[in-house]
Amino acid sequence: MMKQRYNTSFWIAFAIVIALLILAPLVLPEFWRRFLTEILIWGLLAMSSDILIGYTGMVSFGHSAFFGLGMYGAAAALLMVKPPNLWLAILYGLAGSAIIALFVAYFSTRLRDIYFAITTLIFSQIFYVIIFTWTEVTGGENGLSFRRPEFGIPGVWTAPFTSATLHWFVLAVVAASYLIVRRITQSPFGMVLQSIRENEARTRAIGYPVERYKMVAVMLSGLFAGLAGVLYAIQNRFAAPDFVYFLISGEAVIFNVMGGIGTLVGPFFGAAFFLAMREFLSRMFPYLASVLGIPQLAEFPYLVPLGIIFILMVIFLPQGLLGFAKRWLNR
Amino acid sequence: MTSHATSPAASSAPLVTVEDLHTFYGKSHILHGVSLTVGPGEVVGLLGRNGVGKSTTLKTIMGLVTPSQGKVVFEGKPVTGLPAHTIARMGIAYVPEDRRIFKLLTVMENLRTGLDRAGVTEARKQELLAKLFEYFPRLAERRNQAGGTLSGGEQQMLAIGRAMMLEPKIILLDEPTEGLMPRMVGQIRQIVDVLHREGVAILLVEQNVPLTLEASQRIYFMEKGAVRHHAKSSELTVNDPVIHQYLGV
Amino acid sequence: MLAGIPWEIIAIQTVNGIVTGMILALVASGLTLIFGIMDVVNFAHGELFMLGAYIGVIVLGTSGSFWIALVVSTLVVALLGAAMQISTLRPLLGRDPLTTILATFGLSLVLQNYALWQFGPVARKIQEPITGHFQLFYLDYPWYRLVIAGLSAAIIAALYLFLKYGRYGVWIRATTQDRVMAQAMGIPVPWVHTMVFAIGAGMAAASGVLFGPLVGVNHAMGLDWVLKAFIVVVVGGMGNLGGSILAAIFISLLEAYASIWVSPAQAIIVSSVVLVLTLLFRPTGLFVPTPK
Repeated sequence: MMKQRYNTSFWIAFAIVIALLILAPLVLPEFWRRFLTEILIWGLLAMSSDILIGYTGMVSFGHSAFFGLGMYGAAAALLMVKPPNLWLAILYGLAGSAIIALFVAYFSTRLRDIYFAITTLIFSQIFYVIIFTWTEVTGGENGLSFRRPEFGIPGVWTAPFTSATLHWFVLAVVAASYLIVRRITQSPFGMVLQSIRENEARTRAIGYPVERYKMVAVMLSGLFAGLAGVLYAIQNRFAAPDFVYFLISGEAVIFNVMGGIGTLVGPFFGAAFFLAMREFLSRMFPYLASVLGIPQLAEFPYLVPLGIIFILMVIFLPQGLLGFAKRWLNR
Repeated sequence: MTSHATSPAASSAPLVTVEDLHTFYGKSHILHGVSLTVGPGEVVGLLGRNGVGKSTTLKTIMGLVTPSQGKVVFEGKPVTGLPAHTIARMGIAYVPEDRRIFKLLTVMENLRTGLDRAGVTEARKQELLAKLFEYFPRLAERRNQAGGTLSGGEQQMLAIGRAMMLEPKIILLDEPTEGLMPRMVGQIRQIVDVLHREGVAILLVEQNVPLTLEASQRIYFMEKGAVRHHAKSSELTVNDPVIHQYLGV
Repeated sequence: MLAGIPWEIIAIQTVNGIVTGMILALVASGLTLIFGIMDVVNFAHGELFMLGAYIGVIVLGTSGSFWIALVVSTLVVALLGAAMQISTLRPLLGRDPLTTILATFGLSLVLQNYALWQFGPVARKIQEPITGHFQLFYLDYPWYRLVIAGLSAAIIAALYLFLKYGRYGVWIRATTQDRVMAQAMGIPVPWVHTMVFAIGAGMAAASGVLFGPLVGVNHAMGLDWVLKAFIVVVVGGMGNLGGSILAAIFISLLEAYASIWVSPAQAIIVSSVVLVLTLLFRPTGLFVPTPK
């Protein structure tokens, strides 16, 4: 085994980025602060999807289920236990997504490629239907709303989140998650996953219990996706079935691909790029409409040009925005 | 089957020229600079041990594999990198090593994949079929049977017959006698002769040395991905040291 | 009565199930054809269905004839499908299958949102060409529903005949079996792929127009159908035309019977259960003989 060189340049870059993100809420207006926090949360979701796509070679459209259940799990904790407890919310959310992940993992890991993708898609739609129609428990179409919990240890010391402290909390959770996942992908376990991605048959032939590795990968992926759901619930104080719809999974995959699969950091850039483009386009069309005098143009959906950009990237830039740095990032 | 039946040996302009082909499968460097020519109506043999790159050479000529370097020229026109279906329509036909007939299509449907081309009248199609069935009466009997139900020898006949339906100027034959009974080998030998008489050139890859010596006018010997030796078959005998050297028999 | 349900209701649901099943079969056939021949999972199939319905609305509005709308819509969407395939899928040939899923997913987003902007969120209506009902037990059952089932069956039958006897049908079947040898035989495989995609798209559009009068035509109508169609394609055996048709009818019947007890939205759970069971026990497809 080659001894891994300590990748100094990476850590310097990482430290710089974290420092900037810590400073951000102090200098940015509220809207952009929330925007940045959202990027972190969606980035976390996309990163969880990268564990499967980029490292194990399994395309999953099921992340909306994990995300959604993390969200509803947190909602359950925040609604059922008074006073609302942050840690309990996280626990419930992770438990919820873990159970779903186990279910999905058991059924899907026996399937290859396309069948796996379609099955995860269908599973996530099943959960959507359940959540949408089980109105008594999940609030149905309208979802659930709740109060944001306070930060701290209940009974010892708590303080409500401010805009800045919430951002820092999310940043801490996301950064920690990234580092944990990065460590895992560089571990022997992670190496086996990558070997599965490159040549599943050969990995199996060598003697690795491929199904078990896949199941663990799905569980990991599901847990971090659920964590993203919990963070989203805390940030926005509501849970809605829209977030369990498979389009959310699709967006996670898009962020992933745009940013660069197999990089773990790429998904964050993909999320940032996508969300920034969304903001830009949503403002550009109304502006163009007034300038050109074409009122219908104001409503032009941002997803049309953004979708086209995505397709073009799939064809011409399949390695994503950060793909060129893949090896450097993984050292 | 072509309308021009020419005498092979004296033609100056080669039908197919292969120049310095290098081909890779992934990272494996299979062809290390293959060069050969086939004249119009000539039967040329390509001999060598297993794995030496003979099939890859045929596939590269056919456009099924793109070389990283080198040229293939057909009738004076460069065809390197053209898609296989264009090359087939230009007049090169391919009979692969494992026959690869369309197992779920009937014999007739298999033949139709070659017959259904632009510029072929219905009358001509019937002519071609009639002629083919003369040479291969067994195919006529089984014309509505699925290809997969045919015996090995019949499938080989179908594979060759299918290629003949393209009215090609050259047929690339990859180990046609492999796995066939001696009687069938004799039949293949006859087909090669018939094609030669009709003026169709053949590039014949084979393990069967005597057959190749009899049927071809010239022989190339390949080793480790390149052509190493070239001789007129009239100058060679079955026990020639050259044969031993390149085929390790 | 059977298990407390009157026979009439069971019979009516059977008819409903077959009608929906035939439309689903039409949509799914296109999908399975595309997958069988090109190994492409066409996420945008539901949007082709939806666009077919919208074009049907437009042509019906200008021409006044449902049948002209049906034909024009099928042709237009077939051409659109060919354009989609040439521009986005051909460059991806030979790459990771993930890329085609992503590209078609991107296309579905673009088409859906474009339709939302172009046509607005309010559902449009297609007037059925044949009004009138007949007595099916205690219900006034619309003739049109039977027409849909019949037409869908006819279109599928036409596809089958084309594949079996048509000149390009042989090309398509040869390409499905052995793409490489088909090329070596002079069959222009890239164009065969385009043709197949166009046929699949056209069939989706036809289903959209046929189904239009039954529900409102709106930009999101493709989503439910594409999911059901995927279930059908997997249960029927991917690439297996006959299997898809049987699976479509089977699943639609199950859902029709299930909707006696649960709401239609929850009936999708029924199909999903079937999918799960199929994947566990007969992954090559329910109606495909297990490979020996």
